[in-house]
Amino acid sequence: MNINMTLIGQAIAFAIFVWFCIKYVWPPITQALHERQKRIADGLDAASRASRDLELAQEQAEQTLKDSKQQSSEILEQAQKRANQMIEEAREQARTEGERMISSARAEIDQELNRAKEELRAQVATLAVIGAERVLESSIDEKAHREMLDKLAAEL
Amino acid sequence: MAVNNPTPTEYIQHHLQNLTFGLHPENGWSIAHSTEEAREMGFWALHLDTMGWSIAMGVLFLALFRKVGKAATTGVPSGWQNVVEWVVEFIEDLTRAAFNGKNAIIAPLAMTLFVWILLMNSLKVLPVDFFPALFAKLGVDYMKIVPTTDPNATMGMSLSVFALIIYYSFKVKGAGGFAKELSLTPFNTWLLAPFNLLLEIIGLLVKPLSLGLRLFGNMFAGEVIFILISLLPFWAIWVLDVPWAIFHILVVTLQAFIFTVLTIVYLSAAHEHH
Repeated sequence: MNINMTLIGQAIAFAIFVWFCIKYVWPPITQALHERQKRIADGLDAASRASRDLELAQEQAEQTLKDSKQQSSEILEQAQKRANQMIEEAREQARTEGERMISSARAEIDQELNRAKEELRAQVATLAVIGAERVLESSIDEKAHREMLDKLAAEL
Repeated sequence: MAVNNPTPTEYIQHHLQNLTFGLHPENGWSIAHSTEEAREMGFWALHLDTMGWSIAMGVLFLALFRKVGKAATTGVPSGWQNVVEWVVEFIEDLTRAAFNGKNAIIAPLAMTLFVWILLMNSLKVLPVDFFPALFAKLGVDYMKIVPTTDPNATMGMSLSVFALIIYYSFKVKGAGGFAKELSLTPFNTWLLAPFNLLLEIIGLLVKPLSLGLRLFGNMFAGEVIFILISLLPFWAIWVLDVPWAIFHILVVTLQAFIFTVLTIVYLSAAHEHH
């Protein structure tokens, strides 16, 4: 417990240790620490930037989805309308076609009827003449009676 | 042990005696073989055990920290690097909180003090009889392994700190500024300058004394208790020894911390302008 040279020896040892620590121990460790701190800070920064980017991208994706949905519904609606229109058109066409066919058929029938009437008329005149000839058994002026019979046939 | 079946007094005295090498008035430069011989050597003596163990602890600290420092990565730390980094950050925070000036040596100085004192103090929880008995087998009479129970070790550190306080006071404030600070506080009038000077100089001188003696006193008292406990019958020693050792985990850390913090605070005051 005496105070002696140990005091000085300890002071010297202490000085050497402190010098060594200042020179060779402290700098590399603190440097590594600060570098890591910087890296972590950078990393956190990048992460927050990335999350912001992600948010933006999500927003964009949502917007795109909404747009495309709207577009598709528009297209669908248009298609529906177009289909309806086409059906309507087809119906209309079918109707006019039918009407046209009916009227043409009717016209043909009329024509056919007229022709048949005409034929009948022609034959009636001949038949009438022949009949009259038979009845009268006499020669009749065919020319004079012909005119009269034609008139008769036209009244038919 | 030096003597077989020593009395308790002899036992305690033996455990509190350092291995002293010095200039004996009769034997010349030699190792002291008794407390009286050691006392007769006076100032020209060296405590080989204190020096040896403290240097061993200092080298252990520096080697470990240097190894980690060389291999320090900026990536994910592992193993010892975690421990070392924790200590470094702890000291950095402490320095930033307590030290107001700008001086790059304060933090490494504080770390050296903290870890070195912690390691030296920690030797205390080793069994008190183990190393003395081991060295007795090797023919060495005395072996006091805890350097901080030697006032030479603690005062050696605190006087070094004191030298730094004086050095920085002169460097930062200048001789005039330092003298002015000493003579104009706490009473800011030239009338009371002599009184102020007396107060401040006493205050200044008490700093290293209290710093060194506080550490020494705590460690020495703890050591004496350990020695007293080991005088109990061998089967009863653990009953007191274990709680006391556990308690010393706190004391050991706390004393190292107090020494470090006070050093930082004193040096911070030395850097302050008025």
